[in-house]
Amino acid sequence: MSLARFVERLLQLIPVLLGVSVIVFAMITLTPGDPVQIMIGDQIVTPEQEAAMRRDLGLDRPIHERFFAFLGNAVQGDFGQSFYHRRPVIDVIKERLPATIELSLVALIIALVTAIPLGVLAAIKRNSFLDRLATVGSLLGVSLPGFWFGILLIMLFAVHLQILPVSGRIGYASEIEPITHLLLIDTLLRGRVDAFFDALSHIIMPAITLGLPMTAILMRVTRTSMLEVMRQDYITFAEAKGLSRQKVLFRHALKNALIPTVSVAAIETGSLLGGNMIVETVFGWPGLGRLVVESIFVRNYPLVQAAVLFYAVTYVMLNFFADILYTILNPRVKL
Amino acid sequence: MPDTDTKASTGPVQETIFRRNMRNFVGNRLAFGSALVVLIFIFLAIFAPLVAPHDPAETDLFRRLQPPAWMPGGEWSYLLGCDALGRDILTRIIYGARISIFIGAAVVLVATTIGIIAGLAAGYLRGWVDMVISRVVDILLGFPYLIFAIGLMAMMGPGLINIIIALVYKEWVIPCRVVRGETLVTRELEYVEAARALGASGRHIMLREILPNILSPVIVVSTIRMAHVIILEASLSFLGLGVQPPTASWGAMVSDGRAFILQAWWVSTFPGIAILLLVLAINVASQGLRDAFDPRFHE
Amino acid sequence: MSAPTDKTLLQVEGLRTVFETRDGTVCAVDGVDVIVERGECLGVVGESGSGKSVTFNSVMGLVRSPGRIEAGRIMFEGRDLRALNQTEMRAVRGRDIAMTMQDAMTALNPALTVGEQIAEMLEAHDKGLPSGRNARRRAIRAHSVKMLGLVGIASPETRLGQYPHEFSGGMRQRIMIAIALASMPKLLIADEPTTALDVTIQAQVLELITDTRAKLGMSVVLITHDLGVVAEHCDRVMVMYAGQVVEQGRTADVIMRPKHPYTKGLLGSLPRLSLRGQRIEPIEGQVPELIDLPAQCRFYSRCRERGPECLKNIEMRDAGNGQTARCVRVQKELAT
Repeated sequence: MSLARFVERLLQLIPVLLGVSVIVFAMITLTPGDPVQIMIGDQIVTPEQEAAMRRDLGLDRPIHERFFAFLGNAVQGDFGQSFYHRRPVIDVIKERLPATIELSLVALIIALVTAIPLGVLAAIKRNSFLDRLATVGSLLGVSLPGFWFGILLIMLFAVHLQILPVSGRIGYASEIEPITHLLLIDTLLRGRVDAFFDALSHIIMPAITLGLPMTAILMRVTRTSMLEVMRQDYITFAEAKGLSRQKVLFRHALKNALIPTVSVAAIETGSLLGGNMIVETVFGWPGLGRLVVESIFVRNYPLVQAAVLFYAVTYVMLNFFADILYTILNPRVKL
Repeated sequence: MPDTDTKASTGPVQETIFRRNMRNFVGNRLAFGSALVVLIFIFLAIFAPLVAPHDPAETDLFRRLQPPAWMPGGEWSYLLGCDALGRDILTRIIYGARISIFIGAAVVLVATTIGIIAGLAAGYLRGWVDMVISRVVDILLGFPYLIFAIGLMAMMGPGLINIIIALVYKEWVIPCRVVRGETLVTRELEYVEAARALGASGRHIMLREILPNILSPVIVVSTIRMAHVIILEASLSFLGLGVQPPTASWGAMVSDGRAFILQAWWVSTFPGIAILLLVLAINVASQGLRDAFDPRFHE
Repeated sequence: MSAPTDKTLLQVEGLRTVFETRDGTVCAVDGVDVIVERGECLGVVGESGSGKSVTFNSVMGLVRSPGRIEAGRIMFEGRDLRALNQTEMRAVRGRDIAMTMQDAMTALNPALTVGEQIAEMLEAHDKGLPSGRNARRRAIRAHSVKMLGLVGIASPETRLGQYPHEFSGGMRQRIMIAIALASMPKLLIADEPTTALDVTIQAQVLELITDTRAKLGMSVVLITHDLGVVAEHCDRVMVMYAGQVVEQGRTADVIMRPKHPYTKGLLGSLPRLSLRGQRIEPIEGQVPELIDLPAQCRFYSRCRERGPECLKNIEMRDAGNGQTARCVRVQKELAT
């Protein structure tokens, strides 16, 4: 990919990110009703506190001024105060973020290591029992409501079989001094193998639940693109060279077949973000997703606003990287 | 004059292709069976007051967490058991179908209508109209779906109409992109050129010449989207951002059952099965529809 | 059909390859016999769908489901290739019989460099490579450079590291030939090596094949729909129509004295510089569908010389001089 093209693509992000912030700003600003009154609800606040909230939201200034103030602050990481936590919004988010990142990463890994081999196998053994099973599985995967699947897992493994914990991120006995804030890594860095397995047992069900739709989609993409690639002339030519079956499949077919898989995976990583809210709620996972849901019910709007903006920006960036990745992987695309 | 002319030439061809596609679809037994399942759900939803064994709001504390009929303590008149307020779960599932299907259909219908208009305008008129619409589409695509809907629901507050609005806000983008893409191709075809040369108005060309020819992919996409919307609605209800109690909705029913997973697994399980069944049936049926209608999948 | 001699490299007998489709069983190749002598160039001519490519894909063992070889023997240097297992067949492919494909644009893997695609051919067949890891790599590289040089690609050292999309169509065709020739096969099957190329490059590529044939002493099967190419480069020619061989013989004989009306038609449609002003006459009509064919000459519907005697299965008939044709009138001509 040429540098000029990269810069052009980078510049295209600007209007999108700007638009995203306008919408996030509008969500809270243009909603009918007085946001301060809604936020206060039936809490008892002094007139001074109310005035402070009003000032904090900038409600005493004209709308365009408020938007630019919002944007300027957002760029500097200032999203105002979380009244509920009595701390800056950004601090609360920072505290919850590692749990969400860890969960998403594990879900991503689970999806990749199951979806790609299964998709390839289904394509190689087309119309076999395995292929049908994979097709049915991927249909189920996209049709299962995540929150319900999570509850089923809890009922089976935590309540009935009692081999996995119901909720949380790690047991009290296993708590350790954080380093990276990713518990699976920190427990190992601290040499606490028991704590590592404790953390693993906590993360496994939420990660499977979160990764399930992605697994289904990736498996389908891999299977389709593998079948498509296997029809290509260069596969016949590779066979005509007398290469071994493994070489034809893995060196010639898989390398090309994985190009769409990788770019879909990058895009779908963004959709893991959406699933977070549900999965974290079901499994009591102390991440950003659950924080947002909790914040909605206590009308902690600045936090909801900041989190939605954060999710959207991450999502846009992931799509951007997916795009770049696609062009890097695919030497044919001349841009 | 050009009006009747083109109608005569494209009308019958469209119909025969449609018939052939329908025959393909009916021939696909799995897809056809799934379509029947969807129809049964729709039937149950429409006639809920007639087919449901009980009143969905009728509470009976003596039946609190009563197990399904085949378990000890169950009763055949309460087939799937009762929830924490002693309400019949089967009845509430049947009533819940109303919410899911109504919201699913309404969102897809409104979103598709908006999407068609915006997509036709962008694809046919091009220029600044296309610029503006495509930019808005890009921006809306910048939000993960559920987060966008949750954000809107948080601001607007719960309620049936609000859910529909919150979902339509982003949903229309999907048919819009399909329509725009198809329109870009179709507008260059000969018969459209011919209509333009005969002095047909832009509106006439968009609605009478282009739209009928791109409707198949749009319908296919819409049916698939319906499954997504139903899951989204259930997810919002699960989080407590959907239709408010005591109205029965599947997501909320699953959520209610979470408190009783130790002693009453059926409260969460059955509404979830209902969601899975309906969504799966829609997915399979729409896949069959796509295979039958989309020429790109004909081999 | 003449009996095989020591000089015979490939002999195919009664090959029948079918494809199962929704509308029925398509018999793409129906009782085809082929002989390729050592060192000779056989031209295979026919319209698309005549079974040329399928015949030689069958020889290579590359017929994919829903296709399968139903009957016939494929003897290569005295071995029946159909009796070989997968591993044995892989050793034949590439090393003994190599193939180039019609469209060089799609036959090279876009995700691998040209060097990698030559090297893997050498590695798979390991002909006299040194055993040490580095020595081996150097030997492969040296050989790859030599092969690219042989097919006329300038500065081969740098070109090895490039991807197929960085080459023009003609160059890709040459690269494919370089890959096919890399392990010095005894037989090269060149499937329409020139169709995708423009005229000047066509000539260069064909020259290249003819030159290397002479240098390496290999046999070549040149599949084409262009009789002009055959006239210039092939010792013998085989004309196929609707899954059957309809005429075969020495190139000069077939071109000067075609026996089958289809061959005559093909020659009639060939633009010849020497016969300036002569009209190109396309043969009217279409190739029949290869499903449930009636017992009659397959060319019947398009033939100018057809008669009631053509409404039966026609065998190949000897026209003398090793030339045979699948037409009832061949005998008659000899009689008069």
